[in-house]
Amino acid sequence: MKKLGTQKRTSLNGLINYAIVIGAYVLLRVLMGAGLLSNSLQSVLVPACCYMVMAVSLNLVVGISGELSLGHAGFMSLGAFSGIVAAVALQNLVPFAPLRLAAAMVIGALFGALGGFVVGVPVLRLRGDYLAIVTLAFGQIIQNIIMVLYVGVDAKGIHVTTDSARLVLAEGGTAIVKGPMGAVGAPKLATFTAGAALLLVTLFVAQNLVNSRSGRAILALRDNRIAAESVGIPAGKYKLMAFVTSAALAGAAGALFGLNYSSTVASKFNFNTSILVLVFVVLGGLGNIRGSMVAAALLYVLPELLRGFNIAEYRMLVYAVILILVMLFTNNPTLQGFFGGVRERLFQKAPEGTVKGGGANE
Amino acid sequence: MSKEPRQQPKLVPMPATNFLTERDIGKPPILECRHLGVDFGGLTAVNDLNLAIGRTEITGLIGPNGAGKTTVFNLLTKVYQPTRGTILLDGVDTHGKTTVQVNRMGIARTFQNIRLFGNLTVEDNVKIGLHNQLKYGMAEGILRLPSYWKQERVAHERSMELLSLFGMEGLHDHPAGSLPYGAQRRLEIVRALATNPSLLLLDEPAAGMNPSETAELMENIVKIRDTFQIAILLIEHDMSLVMGICEGICVLNFGQVIAKGTPADIQANPAVIEAYLGKRKEGE
Repeated sequence: MKKLGTQKRTSLNGLINYAIVIGAYVLLRVLMGAGLLSNSLQSVLVPACCYMVMAVSLNLVVGISGELSLGHAGFMSLGAFSGIVAAVALQNLVPFAPLRLAAAMVIGALFGALGGFVVGVPVLRLRGDYLAIVTLAFGQIIQNIIMVLYVGVDAKGIHVTTDSARLVLAEGGTAIVKGPMGAVGAPKLATFTAGAALLLVTLFVAQNLVNSRSGRAILALRDNRIAAESVGIPAGKYKLMAFVTSAALAGAAGALFGLNYSSTVASKFNFNTSILVLVFVVLGGLGNIRGSMVAAALLYVLPELLRGFNIAEYRMLVYAVILILVMLFTNNPTLQGFFGGVRERLFQKAPEGTVKGGGANE
Repeated sequence: MSKEPRQQPKLVPMPATNFLTERDIGKPPILECRHLGVDFGGLTAVNDLNLAIGRTEITGLIGPNGAGKTTVFNLLTKVYQPTRGTILLDGVDTHGKTTVQVNRMGIARTFQNIRLFGNLTVEDNVKIGLHNQLKYGMAEGILRLPSYWKQERVAHERSMELLSLFGMEGLHDHPAGSLPYGAQRRLEIVRALATNPSLLLLDEPAAGMNPSETAELMENIVKIRDTFQIAILLIEHDMSLVMGICEGICVLNFGQVIAKGTPADIQANPAVIEAYLGKRKEGE
């Protein structure tokens, strides 16, 4: 460790992120145990974890690799539906629920990665706006494909078809995904603990990737593609690596998300969801893993927090105003100076304080 | 376009190796360009370039602005694919290779307009140059297996060693973009050297440097050649540098080679004086 130079600081940064997650988890557990957390707030904990994972994973593409992707929800939906199918199919084989959830998340990640690879190979030949447009289209395509899929499982295995009439299942079989109706009757396996664990795994993968040989190559391609190629770094390979890793993490998050609700429709993972995750990433700071994590947590939980106040009917308005203020705060030099001065006087440690403060408000 | 007949076919069998230095004679040249040319649309940027560079030679590529010097670098590193002609690197044809592949074959370069990874630290810039010499993969990196720690340690030591060539070890955790101009140029050279090249291309290494920095750079270029035993091809407008350290010089004008030879030959060559040195005499 001592001889690794800059490595030391970055790994310290990573350790702080793990500590934030574990600290927030313990704090929320204590609050839950003491009955201080409202039901509505408890119900957003798992999706909040999912969106934090989504934000960190999208940051790998947008912030670390420097390519704008607008189809990230597509990979989430791949993971969600494959995860639900896996969870149902493994019902008898793996009776222990947490293990089944883990298996479902792994399968979700594999499907996400596969989707990322299939989409990434042709799409990553494009750059900038064109890449954004095509990923947007691929997000829609994935959504539309899942809309027409009928998946069932019986003793003979898994059946997949695009025609409801052709989904003939043997005795005791269950239809899991029913086209436009989505997945119904999914087991609600997701737990907050699993969400926190997935977030830790995501941080582990993202941070260790960035601080390795491959991660440096990805960063180099972002900073200057021509120079990176001139020192022998193949652009296609490393762009694809970032994209597939990100899609795999999104798939795992999708599986957790899908298994948090008894029914899931493909249109949940539409363009709006992709943009929502992109908002988390942009507000958290491009390339800033901790930033996307905190931004996702705060912005996802914020509407729920606002519900608790007297301004319930205006909560989306307040949400929008807060978004605009954050954007101004992060981009406007005058405001930045003003807030910077205020912050200096009020809080000494802003980033760590905010996450725990957010939880402690309730 | 590539099927176009060669212009001005020459009967000379192979490029004149008239300025291979004595110690490199008898060994195959590291780089050979034969009838190299490129057209952009109707414009011929480089035409019929013949050049041979010995294995440990420092060669200068000079010429007035717009003569096609940087285009030659871009042809050698396959940023552009040549329209005509052959490039042999250590006897191997680089036809159809990509920038990445020719780098792995042994050509490393710096850029006229500096292209560093500005947001990354100085050390990471060098480590990116070491990319192809580290062999651990993505999974080993994520899981932090022993091979990761071992190779990262080697990478750290190697990058410090390379930075120490220019006395830049102390700057290792500064962002590369925040370095002063001269240091950025030096860092580009270090990064190129990290790829373990057999031919180093320097595009105006002394641009923007003051005379004392230039003198130091000259020493360093010679030192690099002596330490690594590699060939260096450099583009430079600073005549004191070119005449001071280059063993062979190739003069381009309008994409054509107008003279080749030792510094003394070039200084005495009337075509060069007319096209280049004569015009710039007052500016020098």
